[in-house]
Amino acid sequence: MVEENRADKSFPHVDGGFNFENFKRNVSFMNSDSGIKGTMPKAWKTGTTIVGVVFDGGVALAADTRATGNVIVDKNCEKIHYIAPNIYCCGAGTAADTEMTVSSISILQEPLRDTHDTGQISSQLELLRLNTAKSSRVVTAMTMLKRHLFNYQGHVSAALVLGGVDATGPHLYTVYPHGSTDKLPYVTMGSGSLAAMSVFETSYKDNLTEQEAIDLVAEAIKAGIFNDLGSGSNVDVCIITKDKVDMKRNFITPNDQGPLRASISKPATFGYFPPGTTKVVSTDIETFATVTTDVEMLEA
Amino acid sequence: MATVSQTLACAASGADVSAGRSAADPHKHTTSPIVTGTSVVALKYKDGVMMAADTLGSYGSLSRFTDLRRIVTTGGYTLVGADGDYSDFQYVQDILKELEVEDACVADGITHSPKEIWCCMARILYHRRSKMNPLWNNLVIAGFHEGEAFLGTTDKIGTSYECDFVATGMGLHMAMPILRRHWKPNMSESEARELLESCMRTLFYRDCRTINKITFASATKKGPSVDEPVEVSTEWSYQSFVDPKAGSDTGGSW
Repeated sequence: MVEENRADKSFPHVDGGFNFENFKRNVSFMNSDSGIKGTMPKAWKTGTTIVGVVFDGGVALAADTRATGNVIVDKNCEKIHYIAPNIYCCGAGTAADTEMTVSSISILQEPLRDTHDTGQISSQLELLRLNTAKSSRVVTAMTMLKRHLFNYQGHVSAALVLGGVDATGPHLYTVYPHGSTDKLPYVTMGSGSLAAMSVFETSYKDNLTEQEAIDLVAEAIKAGIFNDLGSGSNVDVCIITKDKVDMKRNFITPNDQGPLRASISKPATFGYFPPGTTKVVSTDIETFATVTTDVEMLEA
Repeated sequence: MATVSQTLACAASGADVSAGRSAADPHKHTTSPIVTGTSVVALKYKDGVMMAADTLGSYGSLSRFTDLRRIVTTGGYTLVGADGDYSDFQYVQDILKELEVEDACVADGITHSPKEIWCCMARILYHRRSKMNPLWNNLVIAGFHEGEAFLGTTDKIGTSYECDFVATGMGLHMAMPILRRHWKPNMSESEARELLESCMRTLFYRDCRTINKITFASATKKGPSVDEPVEVSTEWSYQSFVDPKAGSDTGGSW
């Protein structure tokens, strides 16, 4: 009887080939009471501008911070993900897909944790570092990502800008949802990629200095923020060099509503209602339970 | 665009639309463009207005005609540029010719101003859209008339507006960000030309349906004129383009 309920019987482990573990989970989604019956829950897409540029001595990555469904669901989400101490990855497409694929921490709820792949990319890379006693290479992360995404035939909707500095120098790749990759000196992805690319095509040159690279990627993201409706809010920048990683979260905040909100005059007691504002008609106190703090010793 | 062609297909498939046409009717409705031109970009500067468009006529993904002129002058003051279906643009040119003839016949010394032509074309395009048989073009209409520069645009369904700088098609995605960042009022001719070249160069790099053969046109107090096609300079000598597999024993990748 216990035999029949074992998890590994329901989800047989198969080596190689396509993995249909999620079939039962998908059926339960369709039949569940949350959402519309008979439809899959809709994934949040990030509608994004992400960019990367290689400069003299490193790689600069940048991203906007807006996540959209039918409205903006997150005004300040983080799109630059950690893969290795020297490798970071910007993600466009479905937020959960990019988060899941690269992160070492699962963001799914407990019951569904069993069904996801054995190890995310950053976990796999950490194990490899421990096994080989060498720092990770960008091409390794790129290969793992493309194998993972090709395996799902484009259904994992993650479009990534992968950049880092390893023992062989600075490298920058793009990885597409179907698993194809490009190796380029400057790249853009997401719905704002055309606006950002127009900045690169007019301003990129070889052997940029670090400061020029920062200015260039920030300009590219701002072009996405102000010309693409799917991108917005702030600019995050990440500079990776041989010696260190400089993660500048909210490097530029061109859409700060603080000053505007502060300029709206409200009465000093706005939102604060002192006791006695509402007239108390009667008071009735009932005791539901008595709580004691005695410690009861149990038998060992 | 998908919705327009779907609704047009419904209308053309013989459904009984009151005041519409049936499938047996010899008059067909435009449901998709055949020979097409790509973006048109234009901006106002100190002396007037400048416009640019390449000379490619695409037949789907075939670069079929490499010397189509997509910017014309009319009425002595106006430039009209178009993207989209080229045969519909040739019909637009017939309409513009009719306006010129009308002016000549009335012979009161007044010809249509750029703004009047823009307004007229917007109405005609909206009228055709309302008959479910659009002229499949985005028009950019520019000119210099009585000391003032004019720049306006209409799309195939008649959405029209005036602006200091405009772009159509792919140019909306790639040239507009450049224009929004770098355009300022009263630029000199060389600054304006450089900005327009920068836009056309970026479009040549990234739009699949372009060629590097571009007509620049301008409308100033001397009148409208369209130059012969020229090439814009392009940069292909970045290290990674010249030697992409540098260190390829560790580069991996495609």
